[in-house]
Amino acid sequence: MLSYLLFSVTIGGIYALLSLALNLAWGGAGLVNLGLAGFFGIGAYATALATGAGAPLAIGLCVAMAAGVLAGLAITGLTLRLRDDYLAIVTLGFGEIVRLVALNERWLTNGADGMSGILAPGKAALGVVGFNQAWAGGVTLVVLLVWLLLRRLDQSPFGRALRAVREDQELAGFAGKPVLRLKYQAFALSAAVAALAGALYAHYQSYISPDHFQPLITIYIFLAVTAGGIGRPVGAVLGAYCVVAFLEATRFLAAVVPGIEAVQVAALREALVGLSLLLVLHLRPKGILPERIPPAPKAPS
Amino acid sequence: MEALLQAVVNGLLAGSLIAVPAVGFTAIFAILRYPSFAIAGYVSVGAFAGWWVNTRLGFGAPLAVLVAFAAGGAAGLLCELGALRRLMPAGALTVAIASIAVNLILENFLRFFFGNDLRGFDLPIQPDLIIGGIFVGLQQIWNLVLAVAVVAGVFAFLMFTRFGRAMRAVADNPDLARLKGIDPARIAAIAVALGAGLAGAGGVLLGLDTSIDPMTGYRVLLAVFAAAVLGGLGSIPGAVAGALALGIAEELALLVVPATYRSGVGFVAILLILTFRPRGLLGERAA
Repeated sequence: MLSYLLFSVTIGGIYALLSLALNLAWGGAGLVNLGLAGFFGIGAYATALATGAGAPLAIGLCVAMAAGVLAGLAITGLTLRLRDDYLAIVTLGFGEIVRLVALNERWLTNGADGMSGILAPGKAALGVVGFNQAWAGGVTLVVLLVWLLLRRLDQSPFGRALRAVREDQELAGFAGKPVLRLKYQAFALSAAVAALAGALYAHYQSYISPDHFQPLITIYIFLAVTAGGIGRPVGAVLGAYCVVAFLEATRFLAAVVPGIEAVQVAALREALVGLSLLLVLHLRPKGILPERIPPAPKAPS
Repeated sequence: MEALLQAVVNGLLAGSLIAVPAVGFTAIFAILRYPSFAIAGYVSVGAFAGWWVNTRLGFGAPLAVLVAFAAGGAAGLLCELGALRRLMPAGALTVAIASIAVNLILENFLRFFFGNDLRGFDLPIQPDLIIGGIFVGLQQIWNLVLAVAVVAGVFAFLMFTRFGRAMRAVADNPDLARLKGIDPARIAAIAVALGAGLAGAGGVLLGLDTSIDPMTGYRVLLAVFAAAVLGGLGSIPGAVAGALALGIAEELALLVVPATYRSGVGFVAILLILTFRPRGLLGERAA
């Protein structure tokens, strides 16, 4: 039971990182990233390959974030000048492509069988329980750090400029804000955080396969950010833990609804996720912790 | 040379099937201005409705397509009125995200009742025709005929009926259309019913070609987007042209890359067209 709880805390932390990533791009700059699962996957595969070649954990994490940034820049380079709905379509396609490449390039990713035996720091030395405890603590610490960083960013002039872009990019451009550069920076940083989440996931599980990066994860994270409160980092983190709790709770659906098969339980769980996202959008579109927009300073009289 | 010609023929046949849901997607976009991810769900709902009347009631392919149109349209209308319409004031992106949730619900509704198994339609086994060294399945020709009939029906609807003309007016200039006394809510409902119905009909056409499961719609989603973007979002003739171009591009690409990368071609096509001709082959909103 304890290790199950610790597992949930760790996964919750990884989802929290993904939510922070999405919140930065979507909540901050209004850039929708439907390929979040793709960036998550890129981070996981990048660190698995790097540490597989003998690099230590820290280098693996850096390689993962760098890969995320590069992918983010490549994907936005073509679309950021265009309308927002194109970005949604392109990022969705990107997520699928990452999975397609992971499935097909066996020489690099071992295809559908996935990569196993990924460096899991501390697993041998600490034992199963110790490893779970250490990772639950470690990932939570990373979440805390990234949250503090992003909150600082949120309140900085950079964060305010991003918001200006989100609300009205023409006006922001007119006011002298470098709109395109701000968008690139926000999206690249967001991709880096998502890739970091993927890298942590890979080392924690020590096994990854294309199945782990289904587009469903992206929907979970959208649910987390919307439920928590778009545009507020602490809301994203809270939303992520709520979503993981919700997902784990629905595992026990089979016990509550008698006489349904495994595939029906899975279908019911996914449908509930979709339904929750709709309900949040309808009933509480600003989330549990709505974004706080400070009032404009009074003009000096 | 023969391989090339065969690829072009296969591409046109495959593209004509994608054209049907692509026209549906772009019709919804033209009027409601949001990219509907739920189109995948409508495709699957239509596919299962058509499959059900085909295998349980013995309906032939043309009737199955009609039933699928009705089922897809009904599902679309239900979701639009029940879940999406109220979100319109929050902006197109919010509705698009809500449409992802709608898609997830539809897909799992089907999964709950039908499971994940692949299902095929009951069709008479028909021989391949060989015309000048090119292989074509007789069923594929029937599918092409059905697809052409459906798309022709849409064009006739848009050109010759009052609602069709009103739809084009709203797509062209919503404010002017409202001034002329066209009720935007009504036109939106018609556009969704038409678009989702076309998606449903497309689901059966795709199912006749291969088999169906709850993910049928999701698997073609990227191709549908690519066809619509290629033709210019919101342009109905563009979506048809885009689908045919995409079909041919996919088949030609398969001559050089492994078949598993098929759906990647749509993505590359989107990137290329956005880079060089962002308003699409035929220009946006040329309906």
